[in-house]
Amino acid sequence: MSAFWLLMIILALAAVGFILGRSRAISSVQGDRRQLHSLPNYYGFNVAMLAFVPAVLVLGAWVIIQPMMISSQVSTHIPAALYEDAGQLNLIMSDVKRVAEGLDVAIAQGVMTADEVSQLDTETTDVRAVLGNVGVALGSDVDPSVLKAAQEMRAKTTSGNLFMTIVVLIAAAAGFVMAFMQTHGDFRARNAVEGGVKALLIAAASIAILTTIGIVLSLIFNTISFFGMFPASDFLFGLTWSPEGRGGSEHLGILPLLWGTIYISIVALLVAVPIGLFAAVYLSEYASRTTRAFAKPLLEVLAGIPTIVYGLFALTVVGPLLVNFFGADGLGWMQGARSVMTAGLVMGIMLIPFVSSLSDDIINAVPQAMRDGSYGLGATQSETVKQVVLPAALPGIVGAILLAASRAIGETMIVVMGAGAAARLDLNPFEAMTTVTAKIVSQLTGDSDFASPEALVAFALGMTLFLLTLGLNVLALYIVRKYREQYE
Amino acid sequence: MSDASLQNGPEMGAPTTKSSILQLDQRTKKRNAAEARFRAYGIAAIAVGLVFLVVLISSIIFKGVGAFQQSFITLDVELLESKLDKSGERDIEKIKKVTTFGYSPLIENALKAAMEEAGIENPFAKGKDLRKMLSSGAAADLRRFVIANPDRIGDTVQFRLLASSRVDGYLKGRVTRESLARDKNLTPVHLDVVDQLKDAGVVAKSFNLGFITGADASESRPEQAGIGVSMLGSLYMMLVVLACALPIGVAASIYLEEFAPQNWITDLIEVNISNLAAVPSIVFGILGLAVFIQFAHLPQSAPLVGGLVLTLMTLPTIIISTRASLKSVPPSIREAALGVGASKMQTVFHHVLPLAMPGILTGTIIGLAQALGETAPLLLIGMVGYIASNYPGGIIEGFMSPNSAMPAQIYEWAKRADPAYYERAWGGIIILLVFLMTMNIIAIILRRRFERRW
Repeated sequence: MSAFWLLMIILALAAVGFILGRSRAISSVQGDRRQLHSLPNYYGFNVAMLAFVPAVLVLGAWVIIQPMMISSQVSTHIPAALYEDAGQLNLIMSDVKRVAEGLDVAIAQGVMTADEVSQLDTETTDVRAVLGNVGVALGSDVDPSVLKAAQEMRAKTTSGNLFMTIVVLIAAAAGFVMAFMQTHGDFRARNAVEGGVKALLIAAASIAILTTIGIVLSLIFNTISFFGMFPASDFLFGLTWSPEGRGGSEHLGILPLLWGTIYISIVALLVAVPIGLFAAVYLSEYASRTTRAFAKPLLEVLAGIPTIVYGLFALTVVGPLLVNFFGADGLGWMQGARSVMTAGLVMGIMLIPFVSSLSDDIINAVPQAMRDGSYGLGATQSETVKQVVLPAALPGIVGAILLAASRAIGETMIVVMGAGAAARLDLNPFEAMTTVTAKIVSQLTGDSDFASPEALVAFALGMTLFLLTLGLNVLALYIVRKYREQYE
Repeated sequence: MSDASLQNGPEMGAPTTKSSILQLDQRTKKRNAAEARFRAYGIAAIAVGLVFLVVLISSIIFKGVGAFQQSFITLDVELLESKLDKSGERDIEKIKKVTTFGYSPLIENALKAAMEEAGIENPFAKGKDLRKMLSSGAAADLRRFVIANPDRIGDTVQFRLLASSRVDGYLKGRVTRESLARDKNLTPVHLDVVDQLKDAGVVAKSFNLGFITGADASESRPEQAGIGVSMLGSLYMMLVVLACALPIGVAASIYLEEFAPQNWITDLIEVNISNLAAVPSIVFGILGLAVFIQFAHLPQSAPLVGGLVLTLMTLPTIIISTRASLKSVPPSIREAALGVGASKMQTVFHHVLPLAMPGILTGTIIGLAQALGETAPLLLIGMVGYIASNYPGGIIEGFMSPNSAMPAQIYEWAKRADPAYYERAWGGIIILLVFLMTMNIIAIILRRRFERRW
């Protein structure tokens, strides 16, 4: 039975359980509801919950684990002569899966019976042709051992599914019966249900932890298998990035990418920090209420625009504009529309509201008494801002700038579209360079298979990016917290 | 310190012989000038920010509006029975056997007839050259019509056929005679014909519904490309995000805000959430690739996977805003409910949650808007490079079969070499921004109307 129908059966069982549990509770007190510990619905929910939740947990775990168990068991039966490393074994296993699925389709379409499939032999039948007829195209002829493995996989899956159906239904029935027997006027059904709901809430809250664990594990495992194929020192200290040279001469040094990332981020911050900071100071210290109500949301619109828009803006507006001034017709510094400057300028525009609204909040949090004290000594407004407010707000502003920097480093679309694809160690800001994020995209969207170092390097790059932004965020939070204590 | 000020005292007072309230001294003038300068810097910074905004918006509008108009050539095409249905049996299977090549001569003849009628001389020896003015998809349009209406064979039917992208570009001012000098697809001679046809009213621009509802087309037919299918892909993704992120986000916030004890586990969860909010979106793409596609073997490029990745990405946003709105419900509400005998759980679900709902919905809509515009994680799970040329067959297929999403489609167009696709990309951005604006306006209205001040 398929997982979907099992789920439907469990749902139906839970619905029946709700009705039966509720009526059993009421009849146990001869219809006098005042005798019940909890409201009648809670008794119903209790039965439904115990029938549903354990069974669904078993079902979910089974659906995830069974394919992995079966494929690891089947893969031991593939003769070692057929493959040399884990990557080839993976390819063979995906062939096996495809053949097994094809056989399933053949049975579903009535081309063969289940018995015929288990008796199938590569010497008597052309399996590829048979599967081709039912619409499953195979890349090559089916090897006898692959067919055998596929048949074994099918047999194991069938028996596994049967077991799953039995176990899940037993779990649902057991939960149902247990909760139903419990149901009695004195039973504290509300506490039981609320305990269940609380467990659900805790599970939802821990998804945040699971996500982090998922990110870290997927990065670590793939990074380790990358370093198994490619020396870590060459990756960390290599000065050239040229993954195209397949078969021997490939260079996957991260330094040019890091340089591009940092260079573009510096340009972006040089644009965003002065503009954002001055805007924040003006909005919080000088602007009238109406100006503020008008200008602040307008600036924040810049933050709500998707990055793909900025990317296209860089590619088709800013890039050609810069080429007009600095290109071959102007100063001759720029080769094409894509450059560090293009991406950096546009990213700077994107970051303006980020810097300004964070600094605005921080400047507003500086106590008015400090300003009044400064005015009382005869300082002008700008002197107060420069010598009292900004020093007091400095830690927060530094935090905001660090957060903006972490944004700039992790930004993808603007650099993919505006910065170019060539990895370069160069000082000219009008030269095309590339970044860590842009290379993650290009390495993982190509055709190369996931087991090759060309694809796996993206995970090592992702690891670097994750650690870099995480470090910046933690540092920003630390600085803000430390200095805030000083002024409290 | 005090010594220094004593020494400085007389010096500072010394040149004040001509001091007057009416006449500012040098130092005050300098300080006032500094003040004015500082203020001007602030105004300039805001002005620069606003100018960037204006430039951005106006370039979006100027470059994108063109995509909503398309040049059409209106032709009376005679659906010759001798070409389309030689047997005359109107057998649909036989009619289907006629490929688009069989329809091209009909279009050619119709075009020639239209030119003759308008008194335009045909400068081309080959009919193939003449057909270059029309989209290469025009014959397919004709074929689709005939298969749907086989009884019209033999009639003369008026068709509004797409002009080729070069002709369209010429009418919009993107293509000039100079730029066609080395173009294989069209020659300046064609443009002379187009000018005359335009005067005769055969070629005209009109509203391009196909761009909004249509599917993506191959690289050589930008005039046919539309954003409709990827819009549907985005819709399915948003449904997944809404169905997953809202319940999980609300449940997590309720736990953290109302039930969580003060211990290291709660701290860990909170630190995690604030860190996840700052993790670059592309890292979520890597997570989706590794966990959902490599590990769980979910289908690549499917809106389901895209939705799950975007769910993980928007969860922190939703949790943070939900917690803020739960926090804004005053404790007196909770105390009153507890006082009349409600359990903690009943208090939260019957009283606190309904009061916090407008704030939660506002936060959710903003989170959804953020997810709708996100591109980078979608690139990694393969929603780019797939040509969204077919509408999904049903709802399940809509979630599971490969599709694109609006931002991914825009990126795909921006990558293509033909400049006609830039116009499509900007047009797509207009549609995307209209959606985002609508969502944000709904959020603002919700906040204004329902948010209570306690």
